[in-house]
Amino acid sequence: MSILRRGAVTAPILGALWMLVVTTSVAVVISFATGEAIRPSLGWSLLYGAVAGVIVIRLSAAWMGVLAALATLAPLALAGTGPLVMGEDMGGVARIAAAILAAAGALGPLHRILDGVHLGALTRHEFENAVIRFLTGLGYVVFTALVVIPFYVMVMTSLKSQQALLQNPLDFTIDFARGWDLFRSYHELVRDFDFAAYMWTSFHVSVLTVIITLLFAIPGAYAVARLRFRGRAALVRSILLIYMVPMIVLALPIYIAFSLTGLRNSLLGIVMIYPVTTIPVALYMLQGYFRGLPAEVEEAGLMDGLSRLAVIWKITLPLSLPALASVSLYVFMIAWNEFLLAFMLLDDPSKFTLTRGVAMLNSSEIPRQHLMAGSVMATVPIMVLFLGLERFMTKGLAAGSVKG
Amino acid sequence: MAAAASKPVARQRTGRSVPPRRAGPLARREARLAWGLLLPTILAVACVVILPLLAVFWVSVKPVSLADLRPPTPVVREDLRGGPKEAGDAATIRYRLRNSSGEQTIRGVTLTDRLPEGLVVGELDPRCTLAGRDLFCDLGDWPGGFRDQIRIPVTVGQVFLDAGAGLGDTPARMTGSAQNVLTSLSFTGKNFARVFDGAEFWNVLGVTIFYTVFGTIGALVVGLFAALLLDKSFRGQGILRGIYLFPYVAPVIAVAFTWVLLLDPFSGSVNALLIQMGVTDEAINFFGQRPLALIMVTAFEVWRYFPLSFLFILARMQAIDADMYEAADMDGASPFQQFWYLSLPMLLGILSVLFLLRFIWTFNKFDDIFLLTGGNAGTRTLTVNVYEQAFAVSNIGAGAAVAVVIFACLLVFSYFFFRYISREEGL
Repeated sequence: MSILRRGAVTAPILGALWMLVVTTSVAVVISFATGEAIRPSLGWSLLYGAVAGVIVIRLSAAWMGVLAALATLAPLALAGTGPLVMGEDMGGVARIAAAILAAAGALGPLHRILDGVHLGALTRHEFENAVIRFLTGLGYVVFTALVVIPFYVMVMTSLKSQQALLQNPLDFTIDFARGWDLFRSYHELVRDFDFAAYMWTSFHVSVLTVIITLLFAIPGAYAVARLRFRGRAALVRSILLIYMVPMIVLALPIYIAFSLTGLRNSLLGIVMIYPVTTIPVALYMLQGYFRGLPAEVEEAGLMDGLSRLAVIWKITLPLSLPALASVSLYVFMIAWNEFLLAFMLLDDPSKFTLTRGVAMLNSSEIPRQHLMAGSVMATVPIMVLFLGLERFMTKGLAAGSVKG
Repeated sequence: MAAAASKPVARQRTGRSVPPRRAGPLARREARLAWGLLLPTILAVACVVILPLLAVFWVSVKPVSLADLRPPTPVVREDLRGGPKEAGDAATIRYRLRNSSGEQTIRGVTLTDRLPEGLVVGELDPRCTLAGRDLFCDLGDWPGGFRDQIRIPVTVGQVFLDAGAGLGDTPARMTGSAQNVLTSLSFTGKNFARVFDGAEFWNVLGVTIFYTVFGTIGALVVGLFAALLLDKSFRGQGILRGIYLFPYVAPVIAVAFTWVLLLDPFSGSVNALLIQMGVTDEAINFFGQRPLALIMVTAFEVWRYFPLSFLFILARMQAIDADMYEAADMDGASPFQQFWYLSLPMLLGILSVLFLLRFIWTFNKFDDIFLLTGGNAGTRTLTVNVYEQAFAVSNIGAGAAVAVVIFACLLVFSYFFFRYISREEGL
C-alpha cells in the first residue's frame, strides 16, 4: 500500500490505465463512426500512458500544448507501433482524427486526475482523490458507452441496407448521398406493414389506459390517504401485494377467459386489461402525494360547506396537478411499452399495438433494418416524451418505486 | 323493581365518560364514503387479479390442453341436392353433421330448422318431426369424431322457385351439451408431477435463483456506482442523468432485439469489434451457449434496471446532509472512508428496500428472457417455464401448475417484504 502511495508509482499506473481506457474508447468510436480497422495496442498504451502520467505531474500547464502536439504526432509517425494500431488502408483524415482524439482524451483528463499528485510520498487524501477521479472518469466513459451504443446501433442499423450490414457489421457511416432513401425502411414499414396504424393504436390504447387508470385511482388514493376506516392498512398492503403478482401468472387465466368469451384478439379486451395492471401503481403513487398535501386546506373547504367529492374536485386535484402529470406519464409509459399481454392476446395484424407489431418483425424473412426501424418507431415517441417532461418523469419513476 | 330499572341508566351514565366503543355516525359516514370511493378499484382488481389467481389454482389440477379452450360443438352444413328446375321436380335437403371434437362426446344433440315455403316434404327421417314448416330432430349422443347425414326428400313448388330456389336465410341451429374440461369435476395430479419432474425442475429453479440473485445485486451495485458518478453538480449532469435512464424507459422489445442484433454470432457488431481488437479469434455465440447465455441475460437485466436503483439511490444521497462530510473531513477521514463509514450506512435503508423489490421483480420477470433467448440455452426460468408449458407444449394445466409454484415462492417473499419494508415505508 505504501509503495503504491508514492507519486512516482501512482502517477504512471493511473496514467497507463487511463491511456488504455482512452485508446480503447477511441478505437471503438472510430470503428463505429468510420468502419475502419483500428484497435488499441495493450503494451504501447500502457507504456505511453505511464510516461504521460509522469510527464503530466512534472510539467506545468504551459507545456501541455506542446506535449499534446508531440503525443499526437508520435503515434502517427510510429504507425503500427503506437498505442493505436491502424489498418493499412485507413484514410489519412481518420488517422489524424484518431490520434488527436487519443492525445486530447488522454492528456486533458489525466492532468485533472493527477491534480495534486507529486513524485514523493502521497497522503492518503491525495492518493484516494486521484484514484477516485480516475474511477469517476472511467465510470463516465463506461456507463455512457454501455447506454449509448445499443441505441446508436439501433438507429444506425435502421438506416442501412441489409447488404451493407453483412459486409461490415462495424460500419455505421451514413451515406448522405442517398437522401430520403435513408429512411426507406421506415417508408416500407408504413407502406407494407401498416405501422402508422399500429402507432395510432398504441397511442389510443395508452391514452385510454391513462384516463381509465386515473378515474379509478384518484378516488381510491384519496380514500386511502385521507379517510379513516377500518382495514385501511390491510388494504394498502394488499395493493402493494398485487404489484408482486407476476404478469405471466395472470396472463394465463386471462388468456383462457378471453378465449372463452371472445375478447381475445380485440382491442376492447386490451383496454380492459391494461388499466387494471396500472391502477395499483397509480393508486400507490397518488396516495403518497395526497398524504403530503396539507389537510387544513381541505378542512377549510369542508367547513365552508363543500362535500367531500367537491373538495376532491375543487381543492385536492388542482393542488396535485404535478403528481397527476407524473402518474399519467408513468402509466402512459407502461401501457406504451407493454408487450406480454399484447403478444398473447392479439393475433390479428389489423389490431396490433406497436410493440406487438415489432414482435411480428422478428422473423428470418424480414430484413433486420426493418426490425430496428420498428424498434426506433416504438422508442422515439416515449423518449421524446421522456426528455421533454423529464422532471415529471423522474419524479414519477421515483414515486413508482414499487413497480418494476 | 325500582332498583332494577335504574341499573341500565347507571350503566349509560358510566359509559358516557369513556370514549365510545362503536364508531360514531360521522366516522361511519366517512368509512362508507371511503369504501364507496375504493369500490371500483377493488372490483376491477378482483376481476383481473383475484379471479385469475383462483383460476390458476383450478386449472393447475385439471388436464387442460390448449385445444380444450374451444369446447366441442355440433356442426351442421345444409344444402339442396338434385337441382330442381320446375314445379314438381324432386330434390333432397341434406344436412351434413359432425362433432367438432375428435375425442369428446356431445350429449343430447338436437337440430332445429325452418324449411322454406313451397316444399312438399316426403318421407321424414325417423329422428325428425315436422310441425308446419319447423323441423326438429333429436339426434341423441355423439361420440368424438362422429359424422352423419340427414336427407329429407322434397318436391318443390312454384312458390319455392319464385323465392330463388334457395334454402333461404334460416340457418339450421344445433344444440348439445358437452363436458367442458374446464368446468368438469375431473382432476389430475399429473400437472404437478410433470412440473416437479426430476432434474428439469431443479435446473429451472437453479437458473431462476442465479438470474434473480445476480440480476438484483448487479443492478444495485451498478446503480450505486452511477449514483456516485452523478452525485455532484456539473454542467451536463441533467442530460447525463436523462441518458442513463434510457434503458429503463425504452420499450423492452426494442432494446432486447437491439441486444440480440448487437451480439449476433454471424453479423453482430460486438463480435466484429472483439475480433478486430484481438480479444477473441472466432465469433462468440453469446445467447446460444450454456453458461454464457444465462450470464448475458443477467447482464441485460442489470443493464435495463440499474437506472431504477440509480434514481432512488441518487435521491437518497442528495438528501444526506453535507455537513456530515465536512465534519468527517476535518477529522481526517479519507474519501473512501467517508464512503464506507458515512454514505453506505445512510444508504443501507434504501438499498435493502430496493433489494427486496428488485428481487421480487426480477424473479417475476418474463419478457426479457423470452425475447432474448426464448428460454433456450439454459436460460429457462420459472416464469418462462409457464409460457413454455402452456403454449409451446400446449399443456395449459402444466403451465398453471408452474404458476402456482411461482405464487408460493411469492408468498414467502411478500412475508419478508412486509416484515422489513413496511417499517421503512411506514405502512
